[in-house]
Amino acid sequence: MAYRVNQIATGFEKFLMRGNQAVGEGAIRAGCRYFFGYPITPQNELFEYMAKRLPQVGGTFLQSESELAGINMVFGAAAGGGRCMTSSSGPGFTLMGEGLTALATAQLPAVIVCVSRSGPGLGRIASSQADYRLATRGGGHGDYQCLVFGPGSAQELYELTFEAFELADAYRNPVIILSDAILGQMMEPVTIDTFPEKNAPEKEWAVKGKGDDPRKVIKVAPHTDDELITWNRDLKAKYQGMKAREQRFESLYTDGASTVVVAFGSTARIVLDALMRVREDGAPVGLFRPISLWPFPETALQELLEQGVENLVVVEANNGQMIEDVRLAAAGEAKVSHYGVGGGHIFSPDEVYREILQHVS
Amino acid sequence: MKDYEIVYQKPDAMTDIPFPYCPGCSHGIIHRLVAEVMDELDIATQAIGITSAGCSVRNWRQFDIDMVMSLHGRGPAVATGLKRARPEAVVFTCQGDGDMAAIGTGEVIHAAARCERITVIYVNNGVFGATGGQQAPTTLIGQATPSYPHGREPGVSGYPLKMAELLAMVAPDSYISRTSIHTVKHILRTKKAIREAFWVQIQDQGFGLVEVLAACPTNWRLDSAACMEKIESEIIPHFPLQTFSSPKKEA
Repeated sequence: MAYRVNQIATGFEKFLMRGNQAVGEGAIRAGCRYFFGYPITPQNELFEYMAKRLPQVGGTFLQSESELAGINMVFGAAAGGGRCMTSSSGPGFTLMGEGLTALATAQLPAVIVCVSRSGPGLGRIASSQADYRLATRGGGHGDYQCLVFGPGSAQELYELTFEAFELADAYRNPVIILSDAILGQMMEPVTIDTFPEKNAPEKEWAVKGKGDDPRKVIKVAPHTDDELITWNRDLKAKYQGMKAREQRFESLYTDGASTVVVAFGSTARIVLDALMRVREDGAPVGLFRPISLWPFPETALQELLEQGVENLVVVEANNGQMIEDVRLAAAGEAKVSHYGVGGGHIFSPDEVYREILQHVS
Repeated sequence: MKDYEIVYQKPDAMTDIPFPYCPGCSHGIIHRLVAEVMDELDIATQAIGITSAGCSVRNWRQFDIDMVMSLHGRGPAVATGLKRARPEAVVFTCQGDGDMAAIGTGEVIHAAARCERITVIYVNNGVFGATGGQQAPTTLIGQATPSYPHGREPGVSGYPLKMAELLAMVAPDSYISRTSIHTVKHILRTKKAIREAFWVQIQDQGFGLVEVLAACPTNWRLDSAACMEKIESEIIPHFPLQTFSSPKKEA
């Protein structure tokens, strides 16, 4: 359950919520009225929140028979013009690959939430960031991209989920929220009402029966080779626009730092704790936290290198996935090293502190 | 002065694009019946069709209505999401037996069990037509296909799936029927069944599905007339023509 804490100003209320619930409330406030999902730990609180909240606002909650069916139900609701969402964790998110590539191909807006657990395989339900590659590199076939955000708190989960619906409609593209078991399960204060509630906009491209208008067709395949080439060219142009406009990050204590730790999501929270201790020890270490994972905030990272950062330490709860993006962005201009443990190990601030110390001494 | 009057023509719900199917294929007949029913029920302006993968993948070009392409087997799931978002629309899928009875078995069973207010036109020609006639879940025992050139043996590649019977078990209050197109009489019966499968959706009574036994002359390696004879003598004995379930009528 979510607990109301207090009313902190007119129209602004503070709740104590799990990250999973914050995602749900962000979706409801953004006008999401269709949720199709399948139970999987550690995302169940989001699923259950939507089951409870959607009927209150006249929306539809449907428990699908599989994640495959769920993402395809999202496809149908999106084609009809509704704001819709599904959520899962790694094993189910893998099954959604075919739906993601179809949504991206048909240019249908939808929000997909992955509350990561630890893989590979069925893995276990402990948190990890091992779905970074799956989320940012696709999961489905063909040249397509989804916008991917990696929020770092319940508040940010709420805000970015809300915004994800706006961006999905603006770009007519699926948007992925990459959360994890720590963020999803952890209860934190969330200030709601930072946005006015939205309704889904009218979408002139959506199918609703042609009425008196020319018919519309939502396609996942072209009719000719030439059409496919044009199609891919248009998608590429759209992805380049997303790449230019949607890079998001947070930089902390990077001024004057020669070593910067790069971490996202829940790991960035643990890293910040450790990093403050290193700074108290007198070493000027900064934190660079990518918020958009695709597009990766490469421009901001490159600016850090131009400002004199020489040493990038990538800390992530996996065997080394985001480091590939950091290396690509650094393009050989900085030393890039990795600290991470795969398979559901949760970092302690102490171990990260000792790791960072090794890079500054 | 008028010398002729039009007594028969292309349904309004069809485009002018020629069918892309092989000679003797049943898809064209079935598309036409669906379009005639849409005209007669006057639902083309509110209808949304969903395509599948296989030979029917291009049928978005044939119907002059709003269309959505779906992935292999997922039509009923896409239709579910669409109908939930647009309850005032009349939503239907056209699916072959490879699409609906193999990769899409889960989606159609659960859509039927939920009594989704959608209509499914299920074309059963016993093979994967578009990819070269491989074994479908509906291929008859003994029938040779590129998958099993010596013929289907139950102990090796299973028994033919009877989808209409199976779906009637999970959706006793919906309309589920099997028909054929091998004679004019059966074509007319098929049209009546298609009309009923749309009607239960329009009346908000339940899920509607018509399994239509169809011919694939190319992959059966038979001419059209022999195909019709095969439906009568070999296929119908295994896949009986019957209405397996229908909504309970008000007393």
